[in-house]
Amino acid sequence: MDLHLTGERPTPEEKAAVDLELGGAPESIWEGGAPGEDTDTQSSSGGKQKAESQRHLLLPVLHAIQNRIGWISHGAMNYTALRLDVPPAEVYGVASFYGMFSLQPRPAVVAHVCDDIACITRGSGELCDQLDTRLGPEGLPCSGGRAMWVRSNCLGLCERAPAMLVVKAGKKPQQRVLAPATTDRVQSLITDAANDVLPGAPDVLNPQLSVPQEGSRKLTLLRRVGKINAPKLDGYQRLGGYDALRKAFDLGPEGVLREMNASRLLGRGGAAFPAATKWEALHLQRDLLKADPRRKHYVICNADESEPGTFKDRLIMEGDPFAVLEGMTIAALATGAERGYIYLRGEYPLAAERLGHAIDAARHDGFLGQNILGSGLRFDIELRRGAGAYICGEETALFNSIEGHRGEPRNKPPFPTQAGLFRQPTVVNNIETLVNVPIIIKQGGAAYASVGTEGSTGPRLFCLCGHVERPGIYEVPMGTTLRQLVTLAGGVAGTGRLQAILLGGAAGTFVSPKEIDVPLTFEGTRAIGATLGSGVVMLFDDSIDLKRILLRIAAFFRHETCGQCVPCRVGVVRQQEALQRLVDNSPLGSKADELVMLKEMAQAMRDASICGLGQTAASALESALQRWNLFA
Amino acid sequence: MILLWGSNARETHPIFFHHVLKGIHNGAKLYVIDPRRTSSAQWADTWLGLDVGSDIYLANAMAREIIAAGLANTKFIEHATSGFEAYREHVQKFTLERAECETGVPAAAIKQLAHAYASAGRAQLCWTLGITEHHNAVDNVVALINLALLTGHVGRYGSGVCPLRGQNNVQGGGDMGAIPDRLPGFQHVENDELRGKFEKVWGAKVPPKKGWHISHMLDAMERGELTALYCLGENPADSEADRHRALKLLGGLEFMVVQDLFYTKTAELADVVLPGSAGWCESEGTVTSSERRVQRVRAAVPMPPGVRDDIEIIFDLARRLGHNWGESKAECIWNELRSLSPMNAGMSYARLEEHGGMQWPCYDEQHPGEIFLHGRLWHDPLIGPRAPFSVVESEEPVDALDPQFPIRLTTGRRLDSYNTGVQTGRLASPLRHEETIDLSPADGRQYNLHEGDKVRVTSRRGSVIAPVRFDPGLRQGLAFLTMHFPDQVATNDLTIDAVDPRSGTSEFKATAIRIEKCMEQ
Repeated sequence: MDLHLTGERPTPEEKAAVDLELGGAPESIWEGGAPGEDTDTQSSSGGKQKAESQRHLLLPVLHAIQNRIGWISHGAMNYTALRLDVPPAEVYGVASFYGMFSLQPRPAVVAHVCDDIACITRGSGELCDQLDTRLGPEGLPCSGGRAMWVRSNCLGLCERAPAMLVVKAGKKPQQRVLAPATTDRVQSLITDAANDVLPGAPDVLNPQLSVPQEGSRKLTLLRRVGKINAPKLDGYQRLGGYDALRKAFDLGPEGVLREMNASRLLGRGGAAFPAATKWEALHLQRDLLKADPRRKHYVICNADESEPGTFKDRLIMEGDPFAVLEGMTIAALATGAERGYIYLRGEYPLAAERLGHAIDAARHDGFLGQNILGSGLRFDIELRRGAGAYICGEETALFNSIEGHRGEPRNKPPFPTQAGLFRQPTVVNNIETLVNVPIIIKQGGAAYASVGTEGSTGPRLFCLCGHVERPGIYEVPMGTTLRQLVTLAGGVAGTGRLQAILLGGAAGTFVSPKEIDVPLTFEGTRAIGATLGSGVVMLFDDSIDLKRILLRIAAFFRHETCGQCVPCRVGVVRQQEALQRLVDNSPLGSKADELVMLKEMAQAMRDASICGLGQTAASALESALQRWNLFA
Repeated sequence: MILLWGSNARETHPIFFHHVLKGIHNGAKLYVIDPRRTSSAQWADTWLGLDVGSDIYLANAMAREIIAAGLANTKFIEHATSGFEAYREHVQKFTLERAECETGVPAAAIKQLAHAYASAGRAQLCWTLGITEHHNAVDNVVALINLALLTGHVGRYGSGVCPLRGQNNVQGGGDMGAIPDRLPGFQHVENDELRGKFEKVWGAKVPPKKGWHISHMLDAMERGELTALYCLGENPADSEADRHRALKLLGGLEFMVVQDLFYTKTAELADVVLPGSAGWCESEGTVTSSERRVQRVRAAVPMPPGVRDDIEIIFDLARRLGHNWGESKAECIWNELRSLSPMNAGMSYARLEEHGGMQWPCYDEQHPGEIFLHGRLWHDPLIGPRAPFSVVESEEPVDALDPQFPIRLTTGRRLDSYNTGVQTGRLASPLRHEETIDLSPADGRQYNLHEGDKVRVTSRRGSVIAPVRFDPGLRQGLAFLTMHFPDQVATNDLTIDAVDPRSGTSEFKATAIRIEKCMEQ
């Protein structure tokens, strides 16, 4: 198309980063190549279809620039626009959408220090204060201009709070996790990164720290986490890996769907939608798929785990990555998809490394590819990384993100099972949902459903964090009470006096200690006006000022709204402002007026936002206001 | 498939191009043939940047390839065409390899286009002035028609040949007989029977011989045969090739009347200037678009003081010359036309209104109009005469390149300006910049020029000074100017008035120039 580029040109290094990602130098001067080729001047090829077919490379290319240079200049964006035939305004629109991309010059080393709610309970406030004193203010260069530190939303390392992630740009870009972080260790890691002496691995999975139940024979979902050298297939198979896939081949698509239906598995990402229903919707479109070669089905694994307080998916990916692949492969068998994507949040370096290795190994040994285990099944998986946008966990926003557009949710209908990724029928499942699949196939759906309750079957992972003695990921049968779970985790830490529990993360609900005997099921939590959400159980002792937590949650939503629809875009800003005024004791009108306004705002966001972000942005605040008289 | 040949529709036909874009979004392939890699070309699946004036070579080479690959529509050729054998014989020498030498376009790209065009289910071949502003314009057009006949891309829904008209009512001008050899409805003036029909209704004699094209008129002025001119809505003082000559001839007329919306350069030379009305908002009538759709236009605003409706002016003029034509009402004139022009007969004002415009031919009030023409060629048995293939030879542009004049200048339009700027020059546009001579960055390096440097541009006929702008869509040795700002850069001081005698159009598209950096910047 006719691109109207601004004048800025890319540096040789920026060009090299883009070219490397796209597999070589441009084919002609019209795509940004150097003049010289005679034929270029009298013909060119391109066109809408070519542009559309490569649009999905936009996000990987922007990653490549950010990783190599540390920020994305207008010159680099111009070159990207030329190479991919995307209007520069849209390149800018996408680049400016994501939190991990900087469009301003930045030092190569950036330390992201989490100051979100779980880390607040573990001293992140003090950590940031000390960094401010020692390294200088947030967002300004330190360490001789080679590094800087910034505050960050939840990094998904809550069991080891407070957490930090150091990102270093360069020819060999690196990400290093530091958790728990202390001021000294942060400072020395930043110095090391600036001096290019970083530890070899992005992070270390320590089962004792993160999986307190490790070794218990009752575990199913977590039974391999920490037990196998993650990227090795033989270890996985020795512990029963890929047995389910073999059985699935015997069952065939219909048999798999029968077991899935019998299991009554509800999605574990937060929305609790019946997993088998989605799969069946694609299965029913198989005739259309066969009739039209342009039609495709997709299976997407939603690994954009960004709900504050949630880290269960990360630990599965780090500790048992093949289980994710096996679950997706069974989904492919049932749905007719030949291509799968794992959309992984950008802040999970170890998970990215392990999943990447696992995909390579599975491909190498015939568990992915043209003819999986000789069954005739054709399926492969591509790992895509997000770039710091909570909203991309919303499934339709995730599609847009993979397709190379801004990660803004779409209106539904059409639902993903009709028109999802690339407008094709698509199933999206969360990591935890997918690792339940091999268990269901292996045990049989009915046996699986015998665990838990009538409405909530199977085991469930919970992320215990905040003021709890042994934070970490816990697997219990659905129906376990909140009290039992807290006891399992060693009880309340901090002052030992429980003030509040947040269920389901920032988009979840607060419950009071009086409600601690609630059974942890979809129906049980619903009965007390709460939600299981993504499985977050975050404890706050009585030393915590809940108003500060609510303000942090409000700030989180203000930062993460995509800005597409008005109720959310305006609502999250007004909500934060009103809350700040209440906290400051300077309400517009009376406090009661502000509270009425907040309530109406919450209703408007719930009714009129197009996606779950806006619909739940007031949920935690409302639940807190119902339970406590915070602004008397 | 859409093939734009010698057309930068993205800028020159932006509304039409919206429809092209709709097609592209629906999966249509776009091919663009243009010496420049224009903004239209940037939308193309493939752009072929041929050398200026080598269109026939390219078309004939495509034909040879289509025939050689067995992609010619032999059924259609046998059913509805004539002269194919001679055509086939003739195109044999236009091999891909020679075509690459002659046109500059890689043989592979020519081959790809030939195959894409011939095997497309539906293909539209659209052209504009890149085809017609040449001394061999009619040959160019015929070469393209040959391709349509060869592949059967004519006379079917979605397949056809289409010259894109430059204004909303160029087609209407032709429909109404503003062509030297045609009466309204394209009825030939030298046909006694047809002429007789008009004479009977008009009660007057119609000259039995065809008249002159505008370039013929200039020649006639030169010979002293044409001494008076009534010029309506045209600005030949700026728009004619070899402007020095045109100005001299117009200035030497005994008497000239100009009727226009604006006080144009031509009006400045006139003895009488009649302020006309704006057809699209101040008067009643019809216009006809490129797709032959006749639409009503209505007066929406009153005319400014001193301005009169064009019809009224002409009627009054007739009265002064001794003819009372009656009431000067647009609908009356239209109904008279319907009685004389069979293709418009069924288009009453009421029907035009009801259908939101209608496409001719529309022979009676039951006829719905036709979406496309030439459907008869597919009728079995064939209706009417066979469509002839024509043997056309490629010819170089008249203004040849040589060491003295090594650069090929071509002309065209930019999005926000129109022709000599009469209609657009006085309106602000955020896109517009002053007139520049656009050069390839490579020529910039060769002549040690920077953007904004002033250069003297010289052709065999004149010279102008213009600032330089670099356009990466131009290759070395190719330059571009518009005629939008004749007061700043009189581009037609450079152009050649080599005219195709059959179409009367000058070769605006091919001028040989040299450039020199001006000493005083």
